[in-house]
Amino acid sequence: MTDTPAIKIRDLGFAWPQSPPLLDIAGFDLARGEKLFLRGPSGSGKSTLLGLVAGVLEPQSGTIEVLGENMTGLAGSKRDRLRADRMGVIFQMFNLVPYLSVVQNVMLPCRFSAARRKAAGDDLAGEARRLLARLGLSDEKLLARPVTDLSVGQQQRVAVARALIGGPQLLIADEPTSALDADARDRFIELLTEEASGSGAALLFVSHDGSLASHFDRSVDLAEINRARATA
Amino acid sequence: MMGTSILGLAWRSLMNRRGSALLTILAVALSVALFLGVDKARNGARAGFDNTISGTDLIVGAPTGQINLLLYSVFRLGNATAEVSWDTYQQVAARGDIAWTIPVSLGDSHRGFRVMGTDQSYFEHYKYGDGQPLRLSEGERFGDIYQAVIGAGVARELGYEIGGEIVLTHGLGAGGLTDHDNRPFIVAGILAPTGTPVDQTIHIPLEGMTAIHVGWESGTKNPMADTITEEMIRSFDLTPRSITAIFVGLERRGTILSTQRAINTRPGEPLLAIIPGVALGELWQVTGVVERALIAVSVFVIAVGLVSVLTSILTSLNERRREMSILRATGARPGHIFFLMVAEAGLLGFIGAVLGVALVQLGLVLLGPVLSQTYGVQLQGLGVSFTDLWTVLAVTGAALVIGMIPAITALRRSLADGLTVKL
Ligand SMILES: Nc1ncnc2c1ncn2[C@@H]1O[C@H](COP(=O)(O)OP(=O)(O)OP(=O)(O)O)[C@@H](O)[C@H]1O
Ligand SMILES: [Mg+2]
Repeated sequence: MTDTPAIKIRDLGFAWPQSPPLLDIAGFDLARGEKLFLRGPSGSGKSTLLGLVAGVLEPQSGTIEVLGENMTGLAGSKRDRLRADRMGVIFQMFNLVPYLSVVQNVMLPCRFSAARRKAAGDDLAGEARRLLARLGLSDEKLLARPVTDLSVGQQQRVAVARALIGGPQLLIADEPTSALDADARDRFIELLTEEASGSGAALLFVSHDGSLASHFDRSVDLAEINRARATA
Repeated sequence: MMGTSILGLAWRSLMNRRGSALLTILAVALSVALFLGVDKARNGARAGFDNTISGTDLIVGAPTGQINLLLYSVFRLGNATAEVSWDTYQQVAARGDIAWTIPVSLGDSHRGFRVMGTDQSYFEHYKYGDGQPLRLSEGERFGDIYQAVIGAGVARELGYEIGGEIVLTHGLGAGGLTDHDNRPFIVAGILAPTGTPVDQTIHIPLEGMTAIHVGWESGTKNPMADTITEEMIRSFDLTPRSITAIFVGLERRGTILSTQRAINTRPGEPLLAIIPGVALGELWQVTGVVERALIAVSVFVIAVGLVSVLTSILTSLNERRREMSILRATGARPGHIFFLMVAEAGLLGFIGAVLGVALVQLGLVLLGPVLSQTYGVQLQGLGVSFTDLWTVLAVTGAALVIGMIPAITALRRSLADGLTVKL
């Protein structure tokens, strides 16, 4: 089972309602444990593609296999369960639930997934603190503050800890660094790729900023694989 | 796990919007308190009325409506339009199926309290509550014609003590020109509190009632009245010519209907005999319309409270789009989102309803003693009643149902938004 790719897309077609086709991808693969950089200008459909991979959106045609499961053949609730159990998602910004503490935010996936809860061990809060500490967030005073008081860079690291808890095999990051300055951005990407390697998870990282490509195993331009955009 | 875990999220989300959540909870609490307050007042009033007379099988008076007779003879509400002659009273009292009678003569007042002329049988046979007899807390029954026994409420409010003087007022006037000031009464006894209109009554002997009206035969004070001396009055026959009503106790309760019929259809002066319980039943039927209207109004007020739950959650939805997509991304299924919204509504409804019950209980604790002292009304229902529990359940249930509206909205949006939320 682990020799199936983390992501395998074939003949994918997707259009938003009342819009021309946005994505038309003949083939795209992400190997297990691979760290891939997906580049594309703003509005090219990167976030849409991530939504499809995460199983929140459904393609009009083609297949998406994630971690050996054919997403397009699964009912919505099964896709939700697959995401809850086996994927970690990091957004561009505003990643945190404002009314939960830092540690509770990190533990959030364990509320929705028994598998993640089990994998994280008996001491969920302890595991959350361990992950936060690895990401440089160990100051108790900082952890006690409302999440909205944290700097954007700190919030993004909390989001990484949350994506990592319970050891998901696929991490999806949607421009998590666009709100960070250059120094913070490089440190953040190093941490993220390190942690992905450490847990053996595959990483799909999208951004419009091509200069980040050097941090990854491989880099793909969405325009190269997306035939819809080419013809538009 | 899902249940408690989402409930925890709902709780934290509410605490994060404390201000608006508190206002909503308050709206629900006040509406529930109004509803329960109306209900308790209604039950208190009923229980109070039901407790006022017990052991009296029939009440006999001049023909009028049965509710009317009950109200003026027992509750001192309103006035008799006609009286029963003393001869007729004697004939009724002499019936073989009747064990005892209490003659009752009403009409005068003293500083807002009703004066009732009666005889010793009143202290022996009048019962209230579940058959408790009247008890003197101080002094003794009236012996002389110018002695009075006052209810506990009269004594407390007017500060009267044994030996004090009372000047009665003719009719229900405010005093002054119509005072029977030439014939004051002396307080001989004070009754223990009963929680009934007895507490608000001044009892005097029938002969005393007649005596103070010597010289008042025309209805107003005869200018010569003050010239009639004490000795002359005492030498008169002070048997009243008529009384207002008769309380009747039967030899055997089994004859109640036939005795009632016999009195109602007897030849000579027409009479009306009523069964207190039956008359009360008819009274509740009349007041039931008003009660139902009150209850309906307070149910509508609860509905308004529930609408505020809906408003508070709906208005929060826009600023929470981001939160919903974060929850979805971290693994929340649409059902979780739905349950979260419904749980928030349910929590608001539940906390509001419980607070409402608490407010009513607090009100009872604070106001109960005042009410029972001032009005002789025993507010009951301290401690959580079945109605309280039922109301909390119903309000929480209704809030859960109403919560489905924002829940469905949030659900639809989170499905349409996917992982990308444009802020
Ligand atoms: N929920 C939606 N409903 C309808 N159209 C959408 C929705 N989300 C995105 N789109 C459209 O799909 C196209 C691609 O959007 P998407 O967010 O995937 O681009 P992106 O590559 O992530 O851009 P960016 O770098 O700015 O985040 C845009 O034209 C956008 O208007
Ligand atoms: Mg995007």
